[in-house]
Amino acid sequence: MKTMSVMEAIREAMSIRMREDPNVLLFGEDVGKFGGCFGVSAGMFDEFGPERVRDTPISEGAIIGAATGSAATGLRPIAEIMMDDFITVAMDQLVNNAAFMHYMFGGKIELPMVVRTVNGAGVNAAAQHSKSMEAWLTHVPGLKVVYPSTPQDCLGLLLASIDDNNPVVFFEHKIAYGEKGEVDSFDPIPLGKGDIKREGTDVTIIAYGYQVFRALEAAEQLEKEGISAEVLDPRTLYPLDKDLIAQSVEKTHNVVITSEEFKRGGYAGELSAFIAEELFDSLDAPCRRVCGLNTPVPFSAVLENQFIPQTEDIVNAVRAQRE
Amino acid sequence: MNVTKEQMRDMYRTIMRIRKFESNAQNDFANGKIPGFLHLYLGEEAIATGVCQNLRKDDFITSTHRGHGHIIAKGGDLKYMMAELYGKSTGYCKGKGGSMHIADRDLGILGANGIVGAGQDIAVGAGLSCKYRKTDQVCGCFFGDGSTNQGTFHEALNLASIWKLPVIFVCENNHFGISMSQSRHQAIKDIADRAAAYGIPGVAVDGNDVMAVCEAANEAIARARKGQGPTLIECKTWRWRGHFEGDPGIYKDPKEQEEWVAREPVKRFRRFLEENDVMTAAEMDKIDAEIDQEIADAVKFAEDSPLPKPEDVGKDVYTDFDEEVRVR
Repeated sequence: MKTMSVMEAIREAMSIRMREDPNVLLFGEDVGKFGGCFGVSAGMFDEFGPERVRDTPISEGAIIGAATGSAATGLRPIAEIMMDDFITVAMDQLVNNAAFMHYMFGGKIELPMVVRTVNGAGVNAAAQHSKSMEAWLTHVPGLKVVYPSTPQDCLGLLLASIDDNNPVVFFEHKIAYGEKGEVDSFDPIPLGKGDIKREGTDVTIIAYGYQVFRALEAAEQLEKEGISAEVLDPRTLYPLDKDLIAQSVEKTHNVVITSEEFKRGGYAGELSAFIAEELFDSLDAPCRRVCGLNTPVPFSAVLENQFIPQTEDIVNAVRAQRE
Repeated sequence: MNVTKEQMRDMYRTIMRIRKFESNAQNDFANGKIPGFLHLYLGEEAIATGVCQNLRKDDFITSTHRGHGHIIAKGGDLKYMMAELYGKSTGYCKGKGGSMHIADRDLGILGANGIVGAGQDIAVGAGLSCKYRKTDQVCGCFFGDGSTNQGTFHEALNLASIWKLPVIFVCENNHFGISMSQSRHQAIKDIADRAAAYGIPGVAVDGNDVMAVCEAANEAIARARKGQGPTLIECKTWRWRGHFEGDPGIYKDPKEQEEWVAREPVKRFRRFLEENDVMTAAEMDKIDAEIDQEIADAVKFAEDSPLPKPEDVGKDVYTDFDEEVRVR
């Protein structure tokens, strides 16, 4: 058992696999000596050297292309896109190429590659450095999408992502980097398996990424009001652990989904549609979504706080659902 | 470079396989046997032939929407190519890719590509892999003049140059990006000049002269294998057909078309081989007949092959599970 931050857990997962497998390497903008924009790869350059912890120019398309081409030819690259906002620049490589190659080529080329990227608001970084892009990627057949919360999940799921033979997009929330937690397993956590972060009987709050921490706070408050909330973290957005969601909903009969993305067209909508289509008979009330607003992420704190789905918004949604 | 007579004979077979495959595809498309979009390589055959002559089986290539020639020159099996064009389950991609997405990992073919310029970034990844694994493999990266205005071109050449990657960037300047002539889509004449911006060698060659292409590629590939980094080779050529089959090509100057067709690569190479006592006309005719038979066999294989099963639509999205399919 070891206490680790989310950032340390991510670094640990990469380092474990790089020690074991010479074909695993990390590249991206400023990941080398500089240690990454947020410091995730700090120290890795010294341990693994410039060939394996490799700085790239500011060329997001070429970063993903380099991951695709090297994954197709024997390596297991980890490509870092400094902010997921910049992934738009690389969407062609990620969507038209990495995601589809296995299928287009009749299953004959495998792409064991991970794209790590950083989501989320809360640091006054405004519209182009703060958003949450997961729905852009869960939309795309051929990609697996992972968005863990706790240090233990970050470690285990990153190991599994590196081991996977499909392109995996691995989201990290910039505010979550400092979250600490106990890590007692250094084994991979299978992709597609969710986790109950808190058990409850009255409502299921589905949350992922940093929203898990807000949902847990909300559950604490709700408990004081006599409402027993279960917090379910799918951890992997695709493939999705539908069985776990079904089990929870059949128990609680109420669902609130929270995510930090723009509400319109977001992954929370996909979760909500799945529950409406397949679990309707288990529901006592319609699903509610607590998401980011349908605005660009604003700069000034007072505005940004309005944008972000806060703990109290989750609490309010649960209360309103019961009225 | 000394190109041996054996290599020249190999190249004759390659260039003719491409020519005949494409001519057959043109007819089969016109007759409604090949569905979808078809982009033919007719007139540009010398480039794939001359470049791939210098590549080994374990080298890599990336290709384009106009990719049949590259795949044939890298060793592609005409049966599986034809079956793919026909949308059959025995095709290279099990009928999931079609003309624009033929790939064969065992031959180092990292895929034809329907996105203009996309292969350039992927080639950089293959080059990184060759260098990182400390092999002397290289990656040949084919693309057209139109793609040199994409961001990928700049990103890829820059990255390959700073990392000194073993990538040979082969620009097939057929003078058109779809309907837009080169003089309208860029203000330079020689795309090879752009190499200077990345501090790498850039050479322009007659892309309809298979020997000239072969020699330029040989030099670039030798540099790459020695760890001296990438080269940009511009091969000047001409697309005989429209951008796709069905494009009437009204944007082309008929006189210019006539001049380029007169300089066409296959007949020219035949002449060269005869004049230099490499092969007699009779020897070449014999090879032509063998290729005709190979094409006929490929067509028969494609025609006789089963279509994919509808439920196969959900396979190969991921390596480890199938997607749900429709129940009807």
